[in-house]
Amino acid sequence: MPSDLVSSPTVRSRPRFAAWSDPTVTLLAVLVVIAVIVFAALTPARFLSGDTVRAIAFQMPELGILSLAMMVPLMSGGLNLAIISTANLSALVMAGVLTNLIHPTSPPWVIVAAILAALLCGMLTCLVIGFLTGVIVAFFGVHPILVTLGTMTLVKGVAVLATSGTVIGGFPPAILFLGNGSVLGIPASMILFVLCAVVVAMMVAHTPFGVSVRLIGSNEKATRYSGVATEWVLVGVYVVSSLLCWVAALVMMARFNSASAGYAESYLLITILAAVLGGIDPFGGFGRVFGLFLSLVLLQVISTGFNLLGFSPYLTAAIWGATMIIAILIAVVRDRWIARIWPAKVK
Amino acid sequence: MMGPSEAAEQDRSEAAPAFIELLGISKHFGGVRALTNVDFTIRSGEVHCLAGENGCGKSTLIKILAGVHAPDNGQIVIDGHAHTHLSPAASQRAGIQIIYQDLSLFPNLSVGENIMFRHHVEKSVRPVNERKMMIHARDVMSRLGIELPTAETVGRLPIADRQLVAICRALAAEARLVVMDEPTASLTHHEIDALLETVGVLKSHGIATVFVSHKLEEVMRIAERVTVLRDGQRVGTYPASEIDRHRLSELMTGHKYTAALKPAFAGDANPILEVHGLSRRGQYEGVDLVVRPGEILGITGRLGSGRTELALTLFGMNPPDAGEIRIRGKRVRLRTNREAVRAGIGYVSEDRLSLGLVMPQSIADNIVVSVLNKLTGVLGLIDGGRRSELVDRWIGELHVRTKSAERPVRELSGGNQQRVVLAKWLATAPAILILDSPTVGVDVGAKEGIYQIVDTLAARGIAIILISDEVEEVLHQSHRILVMLGGRITASFDPAKVSEKELREVISA
Amino acid sequence: MLSQLRAAWRRHDVQIGSIVVIMAAFFSALSPAFLTLSNLGDLLENYSVMAIMAAGLLVVLISGGIDISFEAIAAVSQFFVAIILVKFGGNWFTAFGLAGLFGALLGIVNALLIYYLGAISVIVTISTMTFYFSILMFMTQGRSIYDLPSWFTSDMSWLSIPFPVMVAAVALLVTLVLLSRSPVGRQIYGLGGNPEAAKRMGCNILGLQCLAYGYSGFMAAIGGIVQAHRVEEVVPYALIGRELDVLAAVVLGGASLSGGIGTVSGTVLGILLLAVLQNGLTLLGVSSYAFGVVTGAVILVSVTATAYASKRQQRRGVRDAV
Repeated sequence: MPSDLVSSPTVRSRPRFAAWSDPTVTLLAVLVVIAVIVFAALTPARFLSGDTVRAIAFQMPELGILSLAMMVPLMSGGLNLAIISTANLSALVMAGVLTNLIHPTSPPWVIVAAILAALLCGMLTCLVIGFLTGVIVAFFGVHPILVTLGTMTLVKGVAVLATSGTVIGGFPPAILFLGNGSVLGIPASMILFVLCAVVVAMMVAHTPFGVSVRLIGSNEKATRYSGVATEWVLVGVYVVSSLLCWVAALVMMARFNSASAGYAESYLLITILAAVLGGIDPFGGFGRVFGLFLSLVLLQVISTGFNLLGFSPYLTAAIWGATMIIAILIAVVRDRWIARIWPAKVK
Repeated sequence: MMGPSEAAEQDRSEAAPAFIELLGISKHFGGVRALTNVDFTIRSGEVHCLAGENGCGKSTLIKILAGVHAPDNGQIVIDGHAHTHLSPAASQRAGIQIIYQDLSLFPNLSVGENIMFRHHVEKSVRPVNERKMMIHARDVMSRLGIELPTAETVGRLPIADRQLVAICRALAAEARLVVMDEPTASLTHHEIDALLETVGVLKSHGIATVFVSHKLEEVMRIAERVTVLRDGQRVGTYPASEIDRHRLSELMTGHKYTAALKPAFAGDANPILEVHGLSRRGQYEGVDLVVRPGEILGITGRLGSGRTELALTLFGMNPPDAGEIRIRGKRVRLRTNREAVRAGIGYVSEDRLSLGLVMPQSIADNIVVSVLNKLTGVLGLIDGGRRSELVDRWIGELHVRTKSAERPVRELSGGNQQRVVLAKWLATAPAILILDSPTVGVDVGAKEGIYQIVDTLAARGIAIILISDEVEEVLHQSHRILVMLGGRITASFDPAKVSEKELREVISA
Repeated sequence: MLSQLRAAWRRHDVQIGSIVVIMAAFFSALSPAFLTLSNLGDLLENYSVMAIMAAGLLVVLISGGIDISFEAIAAVSQFFVAIILVKFGGNWFTAFGLAGLFGALLGIVNALLIYYLGAISVIVTISTMTFYFSILMFMTQGRSIYDLPSWFTSDMSWLSIPFPVMVAAVALLVTLVLLSRSPVGRQIYGLGGNPEAAKRMGCNILGLQCLAYGYSGFMAAIGGIVQAHRVEEVVPYALIGRELDVLAAVVLGGASLSGGIGTVSGTVLGILLLAVLQNGLTLLGVSSYAFGVVTGAVILVSVTATAYASKRQQRRGVRDAV
């Protein structure tokens, strides 16, 4: 895969930040603990409460599923800038099907059939987008940033054109449950996210597809020379990414009780941030879902904590950006220390 | 060993004055001693070869000359002035120009601009005058008797021309010494002639040239002296006239290379692979060959003779225009390398770093990558037990030396890396293995180990195609030898009935 | 002659240029309003801010990096300058000077982080974009500034060329001189083409990166000022989210994400392509909602065709492609 976004002056095969695929998890866990302790000390009564946990559990799934959709292409050495627009279009398709088929007087079986039809159409939409993206990336060898820049614009364009920029809303309770309902006190969306996370984690670590994705992320050519159908694996990467967008679309439309071409756009670059903070190598080849999960927890703890302290949500986003830089900084400083203490380890 | 060395020292008094003397240079990295007390003298205008195996300290020595590394001990005397170390700028001011193996050119810029790029760095406020720049560049080229289109983008030039651009750039920087790192590795016979001619011109301008290489047959023709390094120490410096390639490899490796020829092939006579009239326009033409199970077929020829292209065709990655391939008598069409693997063919690439292995990833993953789909159990998940069984088996059988199979393959030595590549293909239980330059970048001791593995595999009935441009390798490791030249198979030999010299002549006919 | 033509046709800017000309001919044939001075003036003015920012981004892309943060830098500088203008007054000189300085500083922060952290540019600039923009939103609480001085918001033109177009022309011209006539510009091409070689040739890598990212920040801030002048207000979130549009225009103009390749003329043509397309469609009465579809399709077709062509060329000369 092209790794040509390097502008690192010290030419090295992998950036420093990626060198700690396991230490990342430790570092993130430490950061989460520190953040929890700090916020607990600052707002003793409120931070360590069920409400906080519930707030985090309701906010995390949306960004979480979208981050998973970003993670898979990142691990293959690519990127998918179209995740948000794909999710929005898919949500619009599902919303369109639902609102057209269901009327206030519809009997239950119509509602069930409409929901199934909507799910199917939403999934097909994502399948087509992912397939086309994958084919262009894999068979034409176009840089994924360029391809997904194009698909992002195109897919959003289709959504805007179809809705004339309006919002479609009003869904049956079964859909809304995914956004706001709970099972045994656990939000349904959280269950959906954890399910996705487990599936992606198993897929990345323990399937031929996942191993191929990691190998392609490090060196596509060598992987192809080893007899792996790298082109089709790459198509699979973008299909999986798109299908995760479909799940994200479900959660989003359920939470807002509406769908639009322009929802959640600010999440796009945040998903890259969350993934890289979670130890996914931006050049591809390395990363684990657990790291991503911890980075999402860290980001949510920070945002909930600041919220409780009465800070503006904008400040939270600024802290998120700074967290990334600080995490890279910590890794660099640690590498220098290791180099000083143990020079023979470093060439 | 002292004899010729002393002769060389005597020889010094009569020749040109020393331009650069490296005296008693030592350098270590962490616990590793890269150079120990090395002396190295370069005279003005001489052509000097620096020879040694991989890891002998050649590149460290060059980097000390370039000012990239500072030596721990010793001094660098330039024109009689002693320095403890050089900075990159001081090195260039002294007229030392290094041409690295990758040439360090700017593929996106024109020939002229590449040659004159130093001006941009040194005179960084004066506006760029394109026309003047091109005139200067043409001047430099004419001093070397070279003609290249100054406006052409370097990325579009063939490798040989790029090398000339790199030499021109060195000349434009007022070089007094040009060091060329492995300059002939990717050149054809003609291109090497042209390169040597250019070096002759450099010499006539009083510019010294140092060739750094572990393959010196070509450059020995115009070299005056040879300095051999081994394990970070100088073995000696010899007049080129006293050195032939056997002596050289003896000096470089420290032991005599006396491999016996293979006994004549006495296995199954039914071919497993037959190729008839295979052609691909611009690459190779009318290739016929036959390999039997357990037979080692050597194919030799220069880079660009079509040998690697032919290998890629047999591996399904370079579809032929005409001709047929038969495996076990059945005609096959290999459209992708997956089909080739399924047909029982494995391919060890000559480019281990970028095509053979996925360097940052684990040894285990690099071994199982070829058989991923055969390891799945419930739900399509990889069965961990079967995976580690397979990995352990091949690590054990091929004696890959590592602490853990989950370490990055990058951390292994060249020889052990090549064992991992072989393990990857053996895991597919191949019937035919194509080995393209399997010992490139592998140390001498480790080479022997690779050869042993190849012999064992052949003894187990795997047909082996051994491609190499190292003549003695094919001569001693094959049952039969084919020579490729300009895309055609021009000769076929029985190793017992051909001498190394004859073979060499046929290759570069 | 024929081979020369064929060689010319293989050049990316010639291809894009021909497409622009064909499209312009097509639209002027279908709509008499297309080839009028006022329409072309509007067209250029609408895309002047994008052109200014694209000039800065182009330099970063050529250096082998990418900058996602420039719109955030533009928004921050815009706001910073607007406050000073409202409080202390000033003139065009102070407005551009302050904005440029501030933008360049923020850009240099990117360069320093990229150089010293050894991290890739896309990640660093996404982080700084998030950081700059959120700080801006935190400080303004999303409130806009409407009471800009009248000299700042009043329309100006020279020889009936609108002020924004003039600024864009100057920005592109300066970039052209920087990239093709100045030694540092050529070093930036070198850095993008082969960073290791640039280091070996003694280029000051940190300096070049500071120049590239600083220049991008500088141009973004200038673009921000021009944008504020056009809309006569400063809205903190007006610019954000458009960074990928500008990237698309520069890439359409032939700049490579791998660095070392890209020209000012190509960038101009890339922007013109998008501008003519949208303007023409509007004149033909196509809903503005269709722009996204058309733009997306143009980007996809263009990048795919370019990649396909280079792949075929590579296959033709396997040996020389190394």
